[in-house]
Parts: sequence; C-alpha cells; structure tokens
Amino acid sequence: MLDKLVATDKKATRDGFGAGLLEVGKKNPDVVALCADLVGSLKMQGFINEFPDRFIQVGIAEANMMGLAAGLATGGKIPYTGTFANFSTGRVYDQIRQSIAYSHKNVKICASHAGLTLGEDGATHQILEDMGMMQMLPGMTVINPCDYNQTKAATIAIADHEGPVYLRFGRPGWPVFIPEDMPFEIGKALKLKEGSDVSVFATGHLVWNAVEAARQLEKEEGISVELINIHTIKPLDEAAILESVRKTGCAVTAEEHQRLGGLGSSVAEVLAENHPTPLEIVAVQDSFGESGKPDQLLPKYGLGVEDVKAAIKRAIKRK
Amino acid sequence: MADIQELRRIASQVRRDIVRQTHFASSGHPGGSLGCADFFTALYFHIMEHDPSFNMDGKGEDVFVLSNGHISPVFYSVLAHSGYFPTEELATFRKIGSRLQGHPATHEGLPGVRVATGSLGQGLSVALGIALSKKMEGDDRMVYCLCGDGELQEGQIWEAAMFAPHNKVDNLILTVDWNGVQIDGPNEEVLSLGDLPKKWEAFGWDVMHMNGNDMEDVVNTLEDAKGHTGRGKPVVILMKTGMGYPVDFMMGTHKWHGVAPNAEQLETALAQLEETLGDYPYPAK
Repeated sequence: MLDKLVATDKKATRDGFGAGLLEVGKKNPDVVALCADLVGSLKMQGFINEFPDRFIQVGIAEANMMGLAAGLATGGKIPYTGTFANFSTGRVYDQIRQSIAYSHKNVKICASHAGLTLGEDGATHQILEDMGMMQMLPGMTVINPCDYNQTKAATIAIADHEGPVYLRFGRPGWPVFIPEDMPFEIGKALKLKEGSDVSVFATGHLVWNAVEAARQLEKEEGISVELINIHTIKPLDEAAILESVRKTGCAVTAEEHQRLGGLGSSVAEVLAENHPTPLEIVAVQDSFGESGKPDQLLPKYGLGVEDVKAAIKRAIKRK
Repeated sequence: MADIQELRRIASQVRRDIVRQTHFASSGHPGGSLGCADFFTALYFHIMEHDPSFNMDGKGEDVFVLSNGHISPVFYSVLAHSGYFPTEELATFRKIGSRLQGHPATHEGLPGVRVATGSLGQGLSVALGIALSKKMEGDDRMVYCLCGDGELQEGQIWEAAMFAPHNKVDNLILTVDWNGVQIDGPNEEVLSLGDLPKKWEAFGWDVMHMNGNDMEDVVNTLEDAKGHTGRGKPVVILMKTGMGYPVDFMMGTHKWHGVAPNAEQLETALAQLEETLGDYPYPAK
C-alpha cells in the first residue's frame, strides 16, 4: 500500500483551492467568492474569469469581508472568503465568532499561506494558532487538507455542508499523492496505510513528511506504521483514532501548527478520555516562526521527516 | 400602513415595553432604546414591507439589521407588536432559557433576528452583504441598518463605509442614532466623531438628516430616503435623538445608557408614557 503513496507531481494546495473553487462555482450557482486583495495568492482568477458577477473584491478590509459573507449567507448565498490564514482568523476572530459562528452562517472561510511553509515572509504571516482558534468556536468545521488533490476535493465538498467551515491550506509546491478521484468526506479519517506497531495521525503538509518517515522506518528498521490522514480536525474522527490505537498501542500526531489547540492536543483528549495510550506530538512548541525556506523551517521547528521518525521511535519505546 | 397619530400611539407602548423589560430583567439598555422608539415604530409599521411569518433569507421583502444590538428592548418590542412572536414573550427578556437574549441572536431561533449583534461595528457589513445578495437575485426590496454614534468609533464601520459607495450599494439605507452620548459619557469627551456629515460625504454616501424624536419627520425622511435609493450611492440618515426620550429623568445623560430603572423609577417613567396597546403581562403567564 505504501508503494501507492508516491508523489506524482509537486503542486501547491492553494492551487487545489483555486481549481476546486472554479469547479464548485460551475456546479452550484449559489457559490460566491470574496477576496481581500489577494486574488493572485489565493488562485481565484479562474473563478473570477468565469463568474465575474459572483466575485466581490473587498480590498484590504478583512473584518468587512467576514460581515459581507455573513450577509450574503443570510440572503441564501454560499460565500467563500479568501485571504491568508492569519488574516482569516486572528485578525477577524470576533467577526467570525459573532456574525458567522454564533449566527450559524453558511460561510466557507478559505485560508491560504498557513503555517511555517509560507516561508520568507516570516512570523508576522506564519500563523500557527489558527486551527486552535477556529476549532474552539461551537459549530465550526475545521479542515486541513494535505495535497493539491485533497484540497480541491475539500473545496468542492464543503459547499454541500450546511454551516461555517474553516478550510486551511498553504503556499509552497508540495508532493501530490492523493488520487485525483478520491472523494472527500468531511469528518472521516483517511487510512493511507495499514500497520501494526504505531498509529501516525497526520494533517496538512505534514502528512507527506509522515509518509516519508513511515517509508524510511519500514525499510531501515522494519517498523510497521499505520498511517492515518486526519484532514478534518473538527469534527474529529474519534472512532478511527481509537480503532487504530487499540491495534497498535501507541500513537504519533504530526501537524504544521502550534502544539496547543491543534491536532495533537485533540488526539490527546480522545486518548486520555477513552483509551490512555503513549502519544508523541510533532508540532511547534510554543514558538513563533521566522523567515526562511520551507525545507529549512520545518526541521528547525521540529516538523521535519527526521522529527517524525524520532517521535515514532519514542512512542514505540513507551509501549 | 399606520398614520402618524397611530404610529405615535404604538411608539408610546413600545416605550412602556422598554422600561418594563429592563426593569423586570434588572438590566439592559433603556436610554438608546427609548430614543430610537419612533424610528423603529415608523420602520416596522409604516416604511418596511416585511413578513412576520419570517424567512431568514428575507427574499422579496425589506430587511432590517440592528448593528448596535444593545438596544434590543426596542427591537424586541416592535417585532412582537408586528406579530413575529407573542408580546407575552417580552416578559422573558434576559431571563434564562429565553429567546430574547441580552443582545439579539439567531441561536435560539427568535423570529425577526437575522444575525447576532452586540459586539459593535459588525452589522453594517452584514447589511451590505444582504444588500449584495438582493442585487444578485434581482430583488428590488431595501436593506435598512441602524448603528449607534459611539459605534462609529469601530474601524470595521469605515471599512464598510468605504466599500458601499465603491460597489454602488444603493439599495441600503443606514441610519445613525446620533444621540451624542455613549456609555462612558458624551462622544465629544470619549472620542470625538468630528464632522460627521462631512465624513460620510467624503466616503461617498448620500447624507440625510432627521429628527428621530419627531414622528412626522421620521416618516417623511425615511420615505424621502427611499427616493434616494437606486441612484448609485448608499444612503445614510444622521438621526438626532435624545437618549432616554421622553422620560424626564432619563434624558440628557449617559447614565441611562445601560442601567435598568428600579420599581420607583419604573412607575415614574410609566406615568409619562401612555398605555395604548396594553402592557404585556408580568410575570409571564
């Protein structure tokens, strides 16, 4: 099964969003899009070319964008907002909380350039707290797809989900390894590989690092890794997590996010309450990022392939 | 459509509801609510075409968004008297398990409320979003929005103020309750609003003025404002009101922004406000 997990290409998840937005726009006439002066970065031009009357350029005014989206949703539209993850969450938290989440508005908050892999722009833009903020909001669905194909499929799928969604993706070219025709099911974990020694739960860009870590450890040390892609952080697929750890007896999580409030802490809650299990969390340890290249930043902040491998070995040792 | 005399009678009952709601809840915001009672009454009983059977999307009807959600008592009273829910429910204002939350919310399913407001500065953006959805649908009904004057200190208001003229959102009429006071004191002392008419003009809005405590002027100005829509510009009405109007001991001070009247004060206030449509029973039956 691991043989199938090969990178066919390198494409950015934000390109998957742009392609998905165009497709869902063709499929559903209620879909409208808003952007806060980042059309190029969010890859929204395809949608704009096809549906100029269903696109709203709001300028550098994210708070207003969230309110407009809430109003459009009130009027029966399905608005997709586009800006960087930092400006999609922390900058507009209260607007999302009151006008969208508490008011049950069917708004899709689409957030690019999340995490360290944004790269050279540095910590001002590298948000690592966004999933935590968003998953604390009652009724908010939080999705962090792992490659171009999954992001595209998720962008299309969320239109059919009634309620607010936070969709998080990123800037850099990244291996494409999820089959193009794989359907996206919100809240359903995706098992990428069966294994017996350890369960690895990974999300976003870190899924590929987990694939590499599993491949290397199997080859180098004969470790059998069960690899599960948690693309939906909330609602979390608790059943899939518990079923896997009951078999393997230990777990590792991997994410491009702050440790506090991310996938690791969510999995820890599930395990502690239902099936206490040794758990190692690969995440940023209470720190801001810095400028650099993605392949320099991930290892520096403990999110490289070697970090995932080391966490797997520590988890197995604790069994 | 009610005439001026009838509107005055309704507004008097709405004002009784406001002081009674806040008294029975021992909390809430009577000052701004009283000042805006004439505006709300004119809007819901004369100006807007709206359907009390309530559809969230508001398609084919006029829609109102209350941005300064703390004046919920006046909003709830006109909604109840319009038939959105029984007036008896006003007795549950701010009580546990009620649909009449301290600030308006959709969460409990109260008919007539389309978005939660209270954290200030957000309602105008939402109203603009509804206005855009109406334009996309070819729906020629209006969107009305009310903001407080202190609320204009929020930055999001000016993001929205810049957006609307650029995008020619001319199916929206914003009213600003320009009573000159906010919770900590007069606007001029807390944070001066400067030359408000010039500010809105500079942002590209069609600026109108009205005396919000003169029912005839309220009705005429709102009717006139309708005639200003569809001209490529959003419309703003700067509405002068008196906080607490017309209850003598509540007027001319910011102290009644967010304080409920006690039993004695309630009686004094009610003695100044004619009971016209009948008080809702308290406690709730």
